[in-house]
Amino acid sequence: MPKRCYGKPPPSLDLSSLKGKLVVIEGADGSGRSTQIRLLQDLLERGGYPTTLIGLKRSRLVAKELGEVMGTTMLHARTLTLLYATDFADQLEHVVAPALRAGFIVLADRYIFTLMARSVIRGLDEDWVKEIYNFAIVPDLIISLKVRPQILAERTFRKRSFVDYWESGQDIQRSSDLYDGFISYQSKMQRILRSAAKSYPFQEINGEESPEQVHSEVRLHVERLLGTVGGG
Amino acid sequence: MKRGQKVALPGRLIAVEGLDGSGKSTQVGLLRRWLELEGYKVFFTEWNSSSVVKDITKKGKRREMLTPTTFSLLHSADFADRYERQILPMLHAGYIVLADRYIYTAFARDGVRRCDKRWLRGLYRFARQPDITLYFKVPLENALDRILSGRPSLKFYEAGMDLGLAPDREESFRQFQGLIFEEYARLSREFSFEVIDALASPEKQQRIVRSIVSESLDLESFRTSQ
Repeated sequence: MPKRCYGKPPPSLDLSSLKGKLVVIEGADGSGRSTQIRLLQDLLERGGYPTTLIGLKRSRLVAKELGEVMGTTMLHARTLTLLYATDFADQLEHVVAPALRAGFIVLADRYIFTLMARSVIRGLDEDWVKEIYNFAIVPDLIISLKVRPQILAERTFRKRSFVDYWESGQDIQRSSDLYDGFISYQSKMQRILRSAAKSYPFQEINGEESPEQVHSEVRLHVERLLGTVGGG
Repeated sequence: MKRGQKVALPGRLIAVEGLDGSGKSTQVGLLRRWLELEGYKVFFTEWNSSSVVKDITKKGKRREMLTPTTFSLLHSADFADRYERQILPMLHAGYIVLADRYIYTAFARDGVRRCDKRWLRGLYRFARQPDITLYFKVPLENALDRILSGRPSLKFYEAGMDLGLAPDREESFRQFQGLIFEEYARLSREFSFEVIDALASPEKQQRIVRSIVSESLDLESFRTSQ
């Protein structure tokens, strides 16, 4: 199927030249996203498919600066949204497009859905946010790893013994109890993502299963996409 | 109510637009001086000047790694930072805000860079329409002469080299500015710019500017409190 964008493609992009596949994995921190991406990349490369990774805040243009700014300045949510959109666009045009042109499978460690939800939860108009990101290429597959906030918190504590400032929405909801803040922020994020899932076809996977079990489900979706079911 | 106008604010917004070399910065500078000397509350803001975003834009330009989309998004981030932290609070506080270039600069430049026009309008939908937009209109040739005689070399994006119009920087700049000039003509009609003849003497232009401002604004209501 030819690639398309949600709205008008960016002027730099010739959609007809894109061949590879774009696979997105969405899910909160602690949902097992990184593990699943690693397992999927191993699987694909073992099968002879070249892969490229993208993610949030990884562009050559703004990643470093975005990190610095977030640590020092209280930027308005709108400015932050536009800087994240710049980070996304830079990767889309300079990493995703060339890789797809060369027939790679691009694995996206989160995509516009998390970005949009973060902006909406911070009070920005949903239509405005959607319109900004409508230059994004429509993925061939969107997998969403679903894990209840309580389990996310548990897994996060196991990994490091504190709650992340941004992942608990401390910039928008000052709760004296960070645990409660984390649960309430993650629940809101999930509600927004679930309502987004109505307009975008997410493949939801229960991320509370074992990594192997989750991987086998991810694998099924990817093999169906590549037309290699049963073969591998 | 004009588009982009949500609730009435005590402040007033005056935007200044025009080609490079139209003399608009000189004129807005004189307007600012006058308002300040008369004792009015004035705030001045310039395109592409947010302390947070400017350095990123600079790096992108230096390395020539900007696409029309990232160029446009970075400028909108710069604008949003100034808008949310300065322009809007100043309007709430009852200031006369002077903006040297406003969203129309993005509409013109990014439109010429072939960004989708509806997308561009949407990007800046949060911004209020100015109460007055002064457009310093100068024939293309005059603007080109002023810039090309005063500047030893044109920068890559300034010359519009990313559009691939011409291999020569000066020729590219001429064509790029020509396209922007045409965009401005369309925008001028659509958004009812106040057109100022930028070939007139500076003092005559300033007289016209001041009379437009004093006629449209109740200046006394902006007097600084003692």
